[in-house]
Amino acid sequence: MNLNYVMVRLVQIVPTFFLIMVVIFVLARLLPGDPTSAILGIRATDEAVNRINAELGLDRSIPVQFWFFLQHFVQGDLGDSIVLKVSVMQLIVERLPVTVFLTGLAALLSIIIAIPTAIISAIKRDSLLDNGIRASFQVGLSMPVFYVGILLLTFLAAQLGWFPVGGFGNTFLQHLYHLFLPALTLAFSLSAVLMRNLRSSIIDVLDAEYVDFARAKGLRNRLVLTRHVLRNALISTVTLFGLNIGFLLGGAVITETVFAIPGVGRLMIDSIYGRDYPVLQGLTMVLALIVSVVFLITDLVEASLDPRVGRE
Amino acid sequence: MTFLALTMQNVTRPRWTLVVGSVSLLVMVLIAIVPQVFAPFDPIVMDYTAIMQSPSAAHWFGTDNFGRDMFSRVIWATRVDMQIAIVSTLFPIVFGTIVGILTGYYGGWLDAIFGRIVDLTVTFPFFVIVIAIVAVLGPGLLNMYIAIAVINWVFYARLIRAEIRVQKQTDYAAAARVLGYSERRLVLRHLLPNAITPVLVYWVTDMALSILLGSSLGYLGLGAQPPTAEWGVLIADGKNFMNTGWWMSVFPGIAIVIAGVSFSMFGDGLADLFRKRR
Repeated sequence: MNLNYVMVRLVQIVPTFFLIMVVIFVLARLLPGDPTSAILGIRATDEAVNRINAELGLDRSIPVQFWFFLQHFVQGDLGDSIVLKVSVMQLIVERLPVTVFLTGLAALLSIIIAIPTAIISAIKRDSLLDNGIRASFQVGLSMPVFYVGILLLTFLAAQLGWFPVGGFGNTFLQHLYHLFLPALTLAFSLSAVLMRNLRSSIIDVLDAEYVDFARAKGLRNRLVLTRHVLRNALISTVTLFGLNIGFLLGGAVITETVFAIPGVGRLMIDSIYGRDYPVLQGLTMVLALIVSVVFLITDLVEASLDPRVGRE
Repeated sequence: MTFLALTMQNVTRPRWTLVVGSVSLLVMVLIAIVPQVFAPFDPIVMDYTAIMQSPSAAHWFGTDNFGRDMFSRVIWATRVDMQIAIVSTLFPIVFGTIVGILTGYYGGWLDAIFGRIVDLTVTFPFFVIVIAIVAVLGPGLLNMYIAIAVINWVFYARLIRAEIRVQKQTDYAAAARVLGYSERRLVLRHLLPNAITPVLVYWVTDMALSILLGSSLGYLGLGAQPPTAEWGVLIADGKNFMNTGWWMSVFPGIAIVIAGVSFSMFGDGLADLFRKRR
């Protein structure tokens, strides 16, 4: 991997971070109500209001306020939750691992579903089986995440009792058990995205000359498939995963709401209902930061898998 | 969003997809225009003599916990969801096309700014930023449209920009320049018609995605507000009765799936058609 490329990508992320901060700051200023009255209530004296305004820096100019905002952020201070009365950072630190577990498991399930079906579809291209597989993924993709969640929750958890109806559990195995259905819900659409792309990249690779060459030198079909075809097709899947991280996080918001899972997605919806703006603001920012870091990692992984990336 | 959209294209290939997709969409548009012709009952009037009835000859999709006919509610919801599909994509495609032309054709500082906006937009998880904006503006369909429009135009602009950049390098563009055509004529009459096809295909797919997004927001209570019948809202209304009245949530969900599949079949067929023409 080209060290220059790594440096360029690292430098590029700085303005993105800065712009994220600007957007969140503007969004926070657009919010109805000001933080001072949220803290003091509407019956506060002018004196108290002035004191809090000075404490929060709200009596300063907008650029100075933005500077304060940045300073606090760098120190990990995202303000306090109005409803839960704890620091937003603490809430996020508590809840984020749950969401990471959920999305990780969903990603894993998607791969387990997508890879074999993509291989079959690509090899039996345009057959009845291929069309059947693609049609069923199309239906899966057209189903809203919350709908899939409700159906799985009702039939597999509530009626058949195979799975718990919500929560997160305490041990690793319990987490796995509790998050299986929610992760499956997310994997429903993600695997369709992966399957379709993996299928077309396998087809591209199958048509490539080096595969003909591998066949011509007498390699067995299976070896050609695993050593040459899959390995190259997987590169695009890695990229696709990175690019879909935002989609996964968005899906997690809905899934966590349907299954009552205590992750950041659920926290976000709760903060909207409770008008808990510091939490909403902090979460939006943290999720955007996560996505940009994942993009960065994806680019770097891609560059290390494919030496052509980053040469320009 | 873009990748999901690209995925929804081309999953089912054969030519008949265009026929089935467009017929199905036409029927849905017709239902959306005159739902009263298709709905046997009033979707809002409550009938306490017919509460939570399972599907029957009188009530095809059963009735809800207020005795409202589910079939009629799903029919009337078609109007709201088709409106979501069209309204939430209309501003993005128009504004996105304009920005795409300007940045793609002229480049320069405008393009540099646009590049930063794209970086920023793809950084925020689409669904997360939309619900954050709706939360700030307040729940409801109008605010939902605004929230989607603020973000979604970027994807259209990016597509058009890329196409225009390719088209302006072609021989026919050079020929038009040599002939002394004005820039305005070159861009609007020559480059745009050639650049717009992928955008039209994306638009169809995006309408399906907008229905998914709109119904998700409706489900969360941030989109269409009750008693407006919207598929996502109907599913949310029925979710607490899944064990005793599964029909309340299941049928609106099927309606969403039919709409989604119809849009993507239509989009696939359209893409095929354009490909053949080229």
